[in-house]
Amino acid sequence: MKAIRIFTRGIRDSLKSVIRNFSLSTAAITCSSITLILVAVAMVISYNVKNVTSDLERELTIVVYIKDTGTEENINELKTSLDNMKNVASYKYKSKDEWKLEMKTYSDTFNTALDFLDTNPLLNSFTVTVKDVTHLKDTTEEIKKYDYVASADYGEGMAENLVKAFDVIEKVTIIIVLALVLVTAFLIGNTIKLTIFSRKSEIEIMRLVGASNVSIRLPFLFEGLFLGILGSIIPILVTIYGYVLLFDHFNGYLFTQIIRLAEPFNFILYVSGILVIIGAVIGMLGSYRAVRKYLKI
Amino acid sequence: MKLIEVKNCYKVYNNGVTAIADLNLSIEKGEFVFVIGASGSGKSTFIKMLYREEKPTNGSVFVGGINVAKLRNSKVFKLRRKLGIVFQDFKLLPKLTVYENVAFALEAIGMHNKDIRPKVIKALENVGLKDKMRSFPNQLSGGEQQRVCIARAIVNEPRLLICDEPTGNLDPDISREIVGILDKINRELGTTIIMATHDRDIVNKMKKRVLLLDNGVLAGDDKKGSYVVHESN
Repeated sequence: MKAIRIFTRGIRDSLKSVIRNFSLSTAAITCSSITLILVAVAMVISYNVKNVTSDLERELTIVVYIKDTGTEENINELKTSLDNMKNVASYKYKSKDEWKLEMKTYSDTFNTALDFLDTNPLLNSFTVTVKDVTHLKDTTEEIKKYDYVASADYGEGMAENLVKAFDVIEKVTIIIVLALVLVTAFLIGNTIKLTIFSRKSEIEIMRLVGASNVSIRLPFLFEGLFLGILGSIIPILVTIYGYVLLFDHFNGYLFTQIIRLAEPFNFILYVSGILVIIGAVIGMLGSYRAVRKYLKI
Repeated sequence: MKLIEVKNCYKVYNNGVTAIADLNLSIEKGEFVFVIGASGSGKSTFIKMLYREEKPTNGSVFVGGINVAKLRNSKVFKLRRKLGIVFQDFKLLPKLTVYENVAFALEAIGMHNKDIRPKVIKALENVGLKDKMRSFPNQLSGGEQQRVCIARAIVNEPRLLICDEPTGNLDPDISREIVGILDKINRELGTTIIMATHDRDIVNKMKKRVLLLDNGVLAGDDKKGSYVVHESN
């Protein structure tokens, strides 16, 4: 019962304190809001960069042509091999007859030329999608080992450069997000520390009248928690409304059809959740550290 | 019955200053004791050791059976709950009312709300401030603020009241009034009172036990409180 009383009084006192120290609370909330908006923007950009690179990576495929001498058995064997290859996500087989039908629809010239020929000059083919594009080359080499494979191409050189570039962009955006989270942690933590330092006499009096460390610390922990959560409200609203507006305004594509924006839901809800967690955790840690300084534990 | 027992106590600060040297004394339950001495004589250090704001370097200081020299930081609150402390600078929370300031001491120890109210009102009655319980500290005079501090110190009915120069910031008339309240608490509630002071008039008038500290050493222990002539200042 006593523990519950200390707990509920902690919540009551922290709410009172947020209101009674209005100017300091406002400073802490504003600081949290500004830095969390930066984090939110960085997270949105980072996620979209990942989204675009994933889209582009999915476009990278291996095109395999089977020699004209390749038999039905060979094709079945390759299908089984592709099924067993770890890096193969999916593949699509297209016979030379299917190619012929498709090409005839491209233009009249193709149509006339293909009809003119007695035999079908086209080759049976596979379009292979891989799971990990960084191993695109290895998978291609594995497919090339079969002697009935005429060619297996994935756009050597260009594809590799693209994959490397995507990798760098992704890493850079993750580093930016992490750096911003650290800066935010530092700024919010210090602002909350300042609000508590200004009340060190309160902590001193609590100690002198016989309050235990837990009952001294609790109201301050809740205060840090509330300040952090209050500080995340504006960034969340900015994220939700801002991103939905951006998405609607550009119809889901930014400047070009290549840059496809991630769907707003549930993505922005995750971002909002992360913002609340960052605000709350950093708020509590900041106050924990500040109070600890005066507790003589 | 001894409430306080100090044996071979030394306190040496990190900068090498010896504040207390080989102090030996005991105080009985229900006594009213003045601690006097010049600035730097070790009065404040002695008082602070009683509520474990300072820890003895050597020796032992028993307060209500607890050796504060061996008390861990995390357990200090248990000692503080058994005593009341009155400060020269009152140490009231400016944003809390008189009632809230006094109730604060009981809330801090997790007491139930329904038990807090009668205790706070009784404590405020004891210091004559019941009618000002809704005022804020800055609306009170120095003497009244000190009375709030005394009410906060006695609200938990401690066996020991430690007063660190409680009249240091007050004029002579108000000082006499404050000491009168402390004397009443000592007589009516049986609370042991230890009061560090510079005020010769009060010490001479009260005729209580006087401990004289000089350079950290107990230079005098007069049961009749008839002299302060050894005081250097």
